[in-house]
Amino acid sequence: MPVSYENSKAVFEGIKAAGIRSISALPETWLGLLLQRAEDDPEVDLIQVAKEEEAIGIATGAYFAGEPHLLLMQNHGFLAAINGVVSLAQLYGIPLCMLIALRGHWGEPYPWHTRGGIVTEEVLRALSIPFEYARDPGRVATQISEAYTFSQSSLSPVALLLTRDLMED
Amino acid sequence: MERQQCIEVIYPELEDKLVVTIMGACAQELYDLGHRDNFFYLQHAMGLASSIGLGLATHLPDERVIVLDGDGSVLMNLGTLTTLARYRPKNLIHIIFDNGSLLSTGGFDSQTTAGITDLAAIARGAGVEHVAVATTALQFGEAVLEAFERDDLSVIVAKVLAVGPDNYGMDLHLPENAFRFKRYIREKGSL
Repeated sequence: MPVSYENSKAVFEGIKAAGIRSISALPETWLGLLLQRAEDDPEVDLIQVAKEEEAIGIATGAYFAGEPHLLLMQNHGFLAAINGVVSLAQLYGIPLCMLIALRGHWGEPYPWHTRGGIVTEEVLRALSIPFEYARDPGRVATQISEAYTFSQSSLSPVALLLTRDLMED
Repeated sequence: MERQQCIEVIYPELEDKLVVTIMGACAQELYDLGHRDNFFYLQHAMGLASSIGLGLATHLPDERVIVLDGDGSVLMNLGTLTTLARYRPKNLIHIIFDNGSLLSTGGFDSQTTAGITDLAAIARGAGVEHVAVATTALQFGEAVLEAFERDDLSVIVAKVLAVGPDNYGMDLHLPENAFRFKRYIREKGSL
């Protein structure tokens, strides 16, 4: 199924409506149209990392600098970034607003995504990272804004899971 | 050359800079010279000091950011050199103390021991234009001076002995360090 052009736009507009102009990301298929918008928007600073754990450090620097920041990654990238999440963000009380593409879940046709998809929620629970599912394009802007607010008040990582319902047409 | 000598050489210059250090000996040696609220000690999450530096430098273009890194930490996040090269923050100096050893975790040899792996060559290969190597305190001082004068991303690889402080300990909780570091930046920005 193709990535949803309209819903990618809704997510990007939600990020901007939340007052966020700084994004770190590692490109993946569902995030492609979103990242294209971020790259083309002169108001938005996008840093593309080589591996997702770098983005935890970049988000920390942005937080210290007082700049609202958002992380975009696939769930497998989140799994690769866990030490940074635990031993930097959670250890020092650094807020992280993470938008995570939930691959390998209901309807997943690709075998290589499935193991990561099956464990993602349990890993988030084990790490006490609050999370919600984004399924409805009409609600996603509110959810991004709420995720950001909660990350800042709790000084904690917070995850909004971008689902197939939202990201594919 | 010892890392502590190098840190002593640059310490006076760090008074108004944002400094991020890695864990262990490097953090302790800076702390022992006198803590300042503009110093952030990353006591875990090896490899991410330079990523924090990139996040700081990108969002605070008027500040000078110094990262004090180590060979063991950089080897855990080699991709960071490619990201630094790609975004090339002009206000970031990335100093890598290469003692060829995982000193703070028992002194095991790292891949840079005996010149097997050349971190400066890796940094150049990643696309960093200004990479210096220092093997004496004099060379280190000169490399840092040049980096301060240069308005561009600089990487300095300092070859140091695998020795550290005798005693470890800081009167500073980790979240307290983060809170005070952030507050320092906010208050400086509002001056």
